[in-house]
Amino acid sequence: MDITTEKMVDMYTNMTKIRMFETRVSELFAAGKVPGFVHLYVGEEAVATGVCANLLVSDYITSTHRGHGHLISKGGDVKFMMAELFGKKTGYCKGKGGSMHIADVDLGILGANGIVGAGPPLATGAALACHYQGKDSVCVCFFGDGAANQGTTHEAMNLATCWKLPVVFVAENNMYGISSCTINSMCVPNIADRASAYDMPGITVDGNDVMAVYEASSEAIKRAKQGQGPSLIECKTYRHRGHFEGDPCVYRNKEELEEWKEKDPIPRFEKKLLDLGVLSPEKIQEIKSSIKKQIEDAERFAEESPYPDPAELTLGLYTE
Amino acid sequence: MPTMTFGQALNEAIKIEMQRDPNVYVAGEDVGVYGGIFGVTAGLLDQFGPKRVRDTPITESAIIGTAVGAASCGLRPVIELMFVDFIGVSMDQLFNQAAKMKYMFGGKAKIPMVLRASCGAGIGAAAQHSQCLEAWFMHVPGLKVVMPSTPHDAKGLLISAIRDDNPVVFLEHKILYAMEGEVPAGEYTIPLGKADVKREGKDVTIIATAQAVHTALSAAEKLAGEGISVEVLDLRTLSPLDEDAILESVRKTHRLVIVHEAVKFGGPGAEIAALVAEKAFDRLDAPILRIAAPFSPVPFSPALEKEYIPSVEKVIGAVKTVMGS
Repeated sequence: MDITTEKMVDMYTNMTKIRMFETRVSELFAAGKVPGFVHLYVGEEAVATGVCANLLVSDYITSTHRGHGHLISKGGDVKFMMAELFGKKTGYCKGKGGSMHIADVDLGILGANGIVGAGPPLATGAALACHYQGKDSVCVCFFGDGAANQGTTHEAMNLATCWKLPVVFVAENNMYGISSCTINSMCVPNIADRASAYDMPGITVDGNDVMAVYEASSEAIKRAKQGQGPSLIECKTYRHRGHFEGDPCVYRNKEELEEWKEKDPIPRFEKKLLDLGVLSPEKIQEIKSSIKKQIEDAERFAEESPYPDPAELTLGLYTE
Repeated sequence: MPTMTFGQALNEAIKIEMQRDPNVYVAGEDVGVYGGIFGVTAGLLDQFGPKRVRDTPITESAIIGTAVGAASCGLRPVIELMFVDFIGVSMDQLFNQAAKMKYMFGGKAKIPMVLRASCGAGIGAAAQHSQCLEAWFMHVPGLKVVMPSTPHDAKGLLISAIRDDNPVVFLEHKILYAMEGEVPAGEYTIPLGKADVKREGKDVTIIATAQAVHTALSAAEKLAGEGISVEVLDLRTLSPLDEDAILESVRKTHRLVIVHEAVKFGGPGAEIAALVAEKAFDRLDAPILRIAAPFSPVPFSPALEKEYIPSVEKVIGAVKTVMGS
């Protein structure tokens, strides 16, 4: 695989940033600083990182309720993300969206989404716009194993192939839709098995191996940009945390979690880069210190920012 | 002034906007080769080609969802939902996505799209192809809801809807498609959110939309013969509602009858009546009455369907009641 060491370090940095951001968010949620629902991506960082490492600012993504990793990977600023999680006026959505609705259209982020399976039609539409306007851009649709069973996902995949649109469907299979395990919720072992029904390439990769994700998505994105239509990439992964913060996780056992923690994508990639001599312990420390500072700054920014004025409640609904 | 049907007027509006703006595209079931099940998109495929006039599978969620995604990335979709009743299988993309994106994202997104849909009873299409669901859409902040009653208004309102930077639900009563009327040539716009006095009067105001406007006008004509002067106010847009026009007319006539084909319970008339009660109660000389569909699915048999749809006789009865005559 043709990849620069610089790119690999970027990917390592990005994964670490997602992990450190969310670890702090988890603490802040427990401390009562972050209201509402928080769905963490801890354990799944290799997916967003490996895919988005292939994207340009001019490309689009649609995200999910578990969106922090996608947003950071597509260039989202942790400062505005944190402020949004706090419900502050300076957040990405001016405090009107929260964790499940962070978006930045200028960065090609068409939004996290609170509705499971809502993203695929939107992503197909973004791809239609790219195709229609003759842009050399693609839209990546992140969705989970839960969304894999929604009709919207299947409608979108069918239409995307009928219209040969530049969209890449990335299934993040973390095995659970809240409590319901894919063993019970899916009639095929792999989400990617369904690609043949929509006449698109389907591949299942180790979603905890950032290089495998990078390579598979690189090919699919290239294919989409060359006008060859959509692809489906399934990334098998696992969320270390519950569905949301506060989830007692009664539906899965400790052994399973420990098994997957052994496969944690970050230490795994770290070891690989150390072995390759791309990273050194000093460099790792440097990266982590820099991220720590960014997150501290983000937290301070969020803490010090004002809440929206009640008078803003109905503003920003319509474009005049 | 040229005369054309309501359907042709809509067709002309779409053509004008497609010529004017290359980002306007049409998509939906049978909109291309077939020209739309009611003929509204006839000829567009030949004129603009398959890139801009897109036949879709029967896939309402994807039709609406792709329109929302495409609109957020700079296109201006004009999509057709063959019957508004089909919104049930695709509502999420409209009310949770299109309507909320701008607000949820802190004002950044722009969703310029038009969802056209036929609605209404009168052709024996029964419970799943005849409804008037405008109240559903009115209840969603972020949507605009338009419901024209004449070919003239249909064209001007659709041009405005396509140029609007927000998601607009454009409801076309299917009985009106064949109605002829004078329509100015070329482009003109009718602002969304502005009602229109279709007949001036001084004794009673009838507020109506779509096909019910014509029911109201027929009633007004008959009542004029009996010395009752009826003002007919056509709302044209249900969201945003033209509060000023409603209140102005009621303050003049002091009596209000509301006519619509949506179910009366929780229908648009309830909102209008509440508005008048809140802001012009002291100007009313009689209780507000509503003539609307009963709390029932639309029935099939012509005998029952006729009973379902607000009739001229029922409107006349309501007007006489508020007149105390």
